[in-house]
Order: sequence, then C-alpha cells, then structure tokens
Amino acid sequence: MAAYVRQLWGRRQFVWVYAVSRNAASNSGNFLGEAWNVLTPLLNAGVYFLVFGLLLDTKRGVDNYIAFLVIGIFFFEFCARAINVGSNAIRSNLGLLRSLHFPRAVLPIAVTLTSLQQLLYSLVVVFAVVLLTGEPITLYWLELIPAVALQTVFCLGLALLFARVGAHLPDASQLLPFATRVWLYTSGILYSVDRFTEGRPEWLRIVLDVNPGAVYVNLARRALIDHNYGDLSTWLLAVGWSVGIFVIGFLVFWQGEEEYGRV
Amino acid sequence: MSDAVPPLDPDRVPTVIVDDVHLRYRVVGKSGGGGAPAALRRLLTRQERPGTRVVDAVRGVSFNAYRGDAIGLIGPNGSGKSTLLRAIAGLMPPVAGAIYTQGQPAMLGVSSALMRSLSGERNIILGGLAMGMSMAEVNEKYDSICEFSGLGDFIDLPMKTYSSGMGARLKFAIAAARSHDILLIDEALSTGDAQFRRRSEKRIKELRDEAGTVFLVSHGLNIVRHTCNRAIWLEAGKIIADGDATQVVNAYEARHDPESLEEHLAALRASGARLVEESTESDG
Repeated sequence: MAAYVRQLWGRRQFVWVYAVSRNAASNSGNFLGEAWNVLTPLLNAGVYFLVFGLLLDTKRGVDNYIAFLVIGIFFFEFCARAINVGSNAIRSNLGLLRSLHFPRAVLPIAVTLTSLQQLLYSLVVVFAVVLLTGEPITLYWLELIPAVALQTVFCLGLALLFARVGAHLPDASQLLPFATRVWLYTSGILYSVDRFTEGRPEWLRIVLDVNPGAVYVNLARRALIDHNYGDLSTWLLAVGWSVGIFVIGFLVFWQGEEEYGRV
Repeated sequence: MSDAVPPLDPDRVPTVIVDDVHLRYRVVGKSGGGGAPAALRRLLTRQERPGTRVVDAVRGVSFNAYRGDAIGLIGPNGSGKSTLLRAIAGLMPPVAGAIYTQGQPAMLGVSSALMRSLSGERNIILGGLAMGMSMAEVNEKYDSICEFSGLGDFIDLPMKTYSSGMGARLKFAIAAARSHDILLIDEALSTGDAQFRRRSEKRIKELRDEAGTVFLVSHGLNIVRHTCNRAIWLEAGKIIADGDATQVVNAYEARHDPESLEEHLAALRASGARLVEESTESDG
C-alpha cells in the first residue's frame, strides 16, 4: 500500500501532463480552441438564465437567483463529472493499460484533474456573473480555496470508486448519468433547500443538507453571494465527506489494481 | 518447472523462461440474444454471456531466452505472437504455466499514450512520462528523440497530420529512447522508409547490447533476418520451430511449399534447432 502510494507519487508529472493534454486535445478540433474552456460554461449559464430566470421565473425567494443558479450548476457539475468520467477512466484507456506499467490510479486521478481544470475555467464565468449581478468582492471569496480543495478530494474519491465500478460493469456509463441527474434535482441546485423545506418535516431538511452535492455548493454560495463564513457544521460535513469518500474510493480502487485491463 | 522447457544453456545468462504457457482471452462478440429480460437474468445469475467466446491464443509454449538474444516472433496473423509478448511483459496472466523474467520487461507500446490531436513535441513529453521517465530525463533526451525521428519542422504539427510512416517513426523514437532489461517490440518498424529502417535496426542492435534481450514481433521478415539472431515460428498458438533467425525465416517463407519446407526443416534440425512437429503434438 505504502509502495503503491510512492509509485503513484513518482508518476505525478505524468498525471499532470496527461490531465492537461487531455483537456487540450479535446478542444483542439475547433477553431476557437482553448477558448471553449470558458465559452462552454458561459453558454451554459446563458441557457439556464433563459430557462429558469426569464421563462419560468423560478426565483422562489432567492435574492440573486442567477448567481445562485450559476454557482450551483458549476460546482455541482464537478461532482457529477467525477462520477461520469471516473466510470469511463479505465474502459476508455484499455490500450494504455495493456501496453504500459503504471499504477492504475493514475487514470482516475488524471480525469479528475482534467475536470478540476474545467471547474477553474468556469470560475471565470462565475466571478463575472457574481460581479455583474451586483455582489461586491469580499474577503469571503478566499473561502473558495479550502472549499474547492475539499471538493477536489471528494471528487477524487468518487472517481476512484466509480472507476472500479465502471471497469467491471460497462453498462454503468449508461446508467450513471441518470443517477447524477436525480442527484442534481435533490441537491438544491435549482431551488433553495431552506425555502423548499419550509412547512415540511425537519428530517427532510437535514437529509437534503447533509447530501454532499449540497454541502460543497453551499460553501461556494456562502463565500460568493451570502458573504459569511459557512457555519461550522457545513465545514465539518465537507471535511467528513471528502476524507471518507476518498479513503473508501482509494481502497476500493486499489484492491482491484490487478484486474484492470483484462477483458 | 515442467519437462516441457528445454534444458538451460549453462554458459549463458537466462533472462526469460517461458514454461508451458497457455493464454486465453475472452471476446464479447454478438449480442447475448433473448433481449433485455434474458440479459437481466444472466446478470442476476452471474452467467456468462452466450455471445462470449473464449479464444485460446497461446497453447503450451516453452522456451528460454538469454542475455544478448534478439528473438523474432514470426507467424501468420492470429498465431498468438502479440498475446505472448503481452504475457512476457506481465500485462496478461497465463491461465496455465508460468513466465519467469529477470528484470522488468518493457513493451514498446507507447503509442497508446499519445494523443493524435496534439503536436509531436507534446507527445514526446507525454510518451516519455508514460514510459516512466522523469521530466528531467525527458528534457535531456528530447533533442535526440527529435533527431532520431527525423521529423524536422513537422514536430510542431499535430500528430494526426502525419503520414503513417511519420507517426511510426515518432513512436519508435520515443519508445527507443530508454534502455531496458528486456525489450518487447510489437510491429513498430513495419512502416517507415529505408533510411529510417536502417537507423532503427541499428538502434535495436544497440538496445540489445545495453539491454540483454530483445523480442520483436514483425511481419517484416527481412527486419527479423537483419536484427535478430534467433527466431521463433508460432502457428495457432504453438511453436513450430525455434532456432537461427535466417533459417527459421527461410523455412517460414517456404511454408506453402511442402517440399522445400521439408528441406528447410531438415537444415534446421541439422543445426540443432528445436522443432515441434505438429502431428505428434496432442491438444492439452
């Protein structure tokens, strides 16, 4: 186990270059190239604004709904992507697995880093939206740094976990997008959990708030539009989820190490 | 060790011992049939899909390889050459038998790590890191890789704009940049022009001196003649002949002509090569 971690550390440069190259490769076919890193989230934000802000007018008691929505979508997408790309990490790199020796955890880690990179690009859009909707720049923004760090650890865990699932069950990549969509609708991304649970049983609010999808999004919203430190319980939940899922994901993936790449 | 392995030569250092190895892989072919309910039932009862076929790629192969050997693996498509190579590299476990190696075998399979839409330059870095070099080592070797590939200004262009020969040159240049204990090369040299072929043959000889043992899978029989001292002829997962490269290649070339094949086999036998007669072999 210790040896495995050491080997993995020895491959850190490969992980990094592989992650960055993958992202560059996925954009290289277009005329606008790397600009799509920012354009895609920008267009996404535009669509959500059109549908939920103008057509449906689903403000539901949220002050700055557009910023609320855009932050929610992009931070949640990071978790959802970790599951979806994680489950494909082994299957889509079979050729690589079968021809070179390296600790297999390199692959889910690299896809998570690619995904993190996409989040960081979309933060440009998030900042623009937050400022344009009249929120000030405050020191609370710095909270994003630990929040994103914790979320990244959590997503690494998810990617490792689902990489093993996807390696054994190819059909998982068809099913998981539905699961992540359900997760999206139950995580208070499109609506405020506080508003939704008014007049409903207390346990429902607790369940919805403990849900990791909501935890990381809430931290980001607190930092950017609510202007306060997240309350202690949310931070503790964030730490708990990241450490817990990361340890579980790593162990589960590591136990399957010998099996990856076989048909 | 089973008695299938030929006796070891006491004067030489063995690097790879392949002991009665059987290799098998599963192919998920046509759909299972019976539609969704049947597929679900199979999933629940953990049954094998009926469409899954088991292919016995290698069926009982034994040989020893020594330091300084360059061994060409020849045979028709589907005879198990590449599968055997993968097993020696430790990337595929044998279902029966065992493979012992001294040192870590490395496969020249770097091509799978490269990305076609990125420039040659970036792929050199990516490929080098994928083979386990450090960033410093890659930077140090970068110029010699560029020069060896002979790509010139094309190095800045995306790999998908390369001709197949240029792509092969870049892949070989990256892969051969490092010396290994046991080197496994799978069809890396079949493309590329005459000049590059000469250069790569020279490089294989160097690698052989540095490394000890080189395995080469190729349909380019002349490459096997020029670079290998020994050849193993595989057919349907079994060894037909194992001996001097030129003689085995000659016999292989004559395989469609029974008379001259007999002559070549007789010559091989006389030179002390190991021949496995197809007719006397019983299926395991």
